[in-house]
Amino acid sequence: MASKTKHEWREATLAPTLKRAAERQERFETSSGLEIEPVYTPEDLTDFDYARDLSYPGEYPFTRGVQANMYRGRVWTIRQYAGFGTAEETNQRYRYLLEQGQTGLSIAFDLPTQIGYDSDHPYARGEVGKVGVAIDSLRDMEILFQHIPLDKVSTSMTINATAPILLAMYIALGRKQGVEPAELNGTIQNDILKEYIARGTHIFPPRPSMRLTTDIFAYCAEQVPRWNTISISGYHIREAGSTAAQEIGFTLANGTAYVQAAIDAGLSVDTFAPRLSFFFNSHLNFFEEVAKFRAARRLWARIMRDKFGAKDPRSWMLRFHTQTAGCSLTAPQPHNNIVRTALEALAATLGGTQSLHTNSFDEAYAPPSEEAVTIAMRTQQILAHESGVADVVDPLGGSYFIEHLTGSLEKQAGEYIAKIESLGGAVAAIEHGYQQKEIQDSSYRYQKEIEGGKRTVVGVNKFVSPYPKIKGLLRVKPEVERRQKERTAQVRKERDSSKADKALNRLGDVARSADNTMPAFLECVEAYATLGEICDVLRRVFSTQKEFLVF
Amino acid sequence: MTKDKIRVLVAKPGLDGHDRGAKVVARALRDAGMEVIYTGIRQTPDMIVEAAIQEDADVVGLSILSGAHLELLPAVTEGLRKKGREDVLIIAGGIIPEDDIPSLKQIGVRAVFGPGTSTEDIISFIRKEVTAE
Repeated sequence: MASKTKHEWREATLAPTLKRAAERQERFETSSGLEIEPVYTPEDLTDFDYARDLSYPGEYPFTRGVQANMYRGRVWTIRQYAGFGTAEETNQRYRYLLEQGQTGLSIAFDLPTQIGYDSDHPYARGEVGKVGVAIDSLRDMEILFQHIPLDKVSTSMTINATAPILLAMYIALGRKQGVEPAELNGTIQNDILKEYIARGTHIFPPRPSMRLTTDIFAYCAEQVPRWNTISISGYHIREAGSTAAQEIGFTLANGTAYVQAAIDAGLSVDTFAPRLSFFFNSHLNFFEEVAKFRAARRLWARIMRDKFGAKDPRSWMLRFHTQTAGCSLTAPQPHNNIVRTALEALAATLGGTQSLHTNSFDEAYAPPSEEAVTIAMRTQQILAHESGVADVVDPLGGSYFIEHLTGSLEKQAGEYIAKIESLGGAVAAIEHGYQQKEIQDSSYRYQKEIEGGKRTVVGVNKFVSPYPKIKGLLRVKPEVERRQKERTAQVRKERDSSKADKALNRLGDVARSADNTMPAFLECVEAYATLGEICDVLRRVFSTQKEFLVF
Repeated sequence: MTKDKIRVLVAKPGLDGHDRGAKVVARALRDAGMEVIYTGIRQTPDMIVEAAIQEDADVVGLSILSGAHLELLPAVTEGLRKKGREDVLIIAGGIIPEDDIPSLKQIGVRAVFGPGTSTEDIISFIRKEVTAE
């Protein structure tokens, strides 16, 4: 009794089974609300075309991966986001991570650094060195990279509103170490649009912010050609509570806004597009996540080639970093987080990520301790070197389910992008509160599903048991703030203040003009003007932007 | 004198932009029939105290994930006390190590709700505490 179609199978084989016993749930669905059927067959891929939809790795539309042999050449970059306290402490952590086999650095900055305040500003109270390292001036960067030669590492910086300043500091530091800008490798996040949507470290209104972004594109295309000038981020959109489809839809909509802004600023697409990079979340719904990464690659390739007319294949490639989902970590039974993170990391590697951060199990309590971060890194090393996942390209490609999901997610994300276009593009939609409202609705629904028992969180709403308190949490001591304030005061005292003032004045003039701002930022940081002073100049010229709040 | 609805100010002290929890809690309290005012992000302790008084809040819910809770929360409780409003129920949530909870309780934070808390627990805590006053 062999069924010839899925319909026949449903009638002949599935129905009697369901009659005997109902399924665990009335409806199975992905995080994006797509119903999951019991099984997938060739009938679910009727308009699927291998050459058009998948093709080969390293070839358009890159569904299977951006490189021909992926991890067989070199495994993904293990890049743990780290930073706390002062530059000295973070420098020690970086050297520890590099000794343990980490292959790239990723700087976490504290909130005052991200929002443009020096450590001695009243708004910085209590925040100095807490969620990342405090950087006020080039002096701090010199300490942060002591004994780390910039031509030997690639460095990713999670910095947005103040991205041009930190990039200028990195270039200036390179020069001091004798490394030319053209030899520098790394990434700045520089994605202001998702700050308005989900992360909240914006300073200026969208339009001058976009101008700073495109200034960086133009400057790096000429001076720092190996630098990834932006990391267009879905990570925080997902952390704020979006679905997988919203994550890629909103992120690629932001991506198109940056590309359009750069074209409008007079850049030709193939000069800057190869340096665009992306950053996604890897959440718990395993197959949906794998499909999400594949869908994002295919959608971006189509947008870049068909909408923007890019000719260089590198402009079509969506290269991305992944971080496992911080919001999936639980405070109860924290060691379970090691397993969650491992599954999420597996999804990211099966999805073809270029680099990966794995969260530490103690992060529902504090920034990671050295023990916790070591386990997180070993998780990646086990995946890379023991599991065999790195030995073949896109092993889930061709699975009826994965291909069906990839197609569905591409379609759902495309619908979000079309909706945002109809509202006037990403900036107008943000001002309108569209993305924020969509995310809030999704996160509220998710929470209700947990509380209603529709969604299981092990150790939280099911399988609850007592658990021992974790010991050895990282604490940033209050002395950090005092020491950092002292150093910044010292820098202000020792520098040539007329030189710093002159540079700051020039920055104000350039900001008011249409000229590229990057050389003026570089002059400021080389004169040891502080980040807060530089931002004060820009706040006067550009004004500041309140949160686009919808509640 | 009893008010019809419990008035809650949900606030984000400091520079921290993580507002998912604050917004979810604010919405759940509103759905539970409370009057909820959400301040948005980047509030100084003074701004929060001012808003709590202006809005005549029965409850102030402080959401903080940046690790600055030991510096910023005392400034809120102290500020309310100085204005003679120690009657306001102050609760907190976010990323707060368990070891810090006793000192927060000492300065007047009545409960700390960490990640994984059910909004139902927060609602029933508020109802119990506010009607008992």
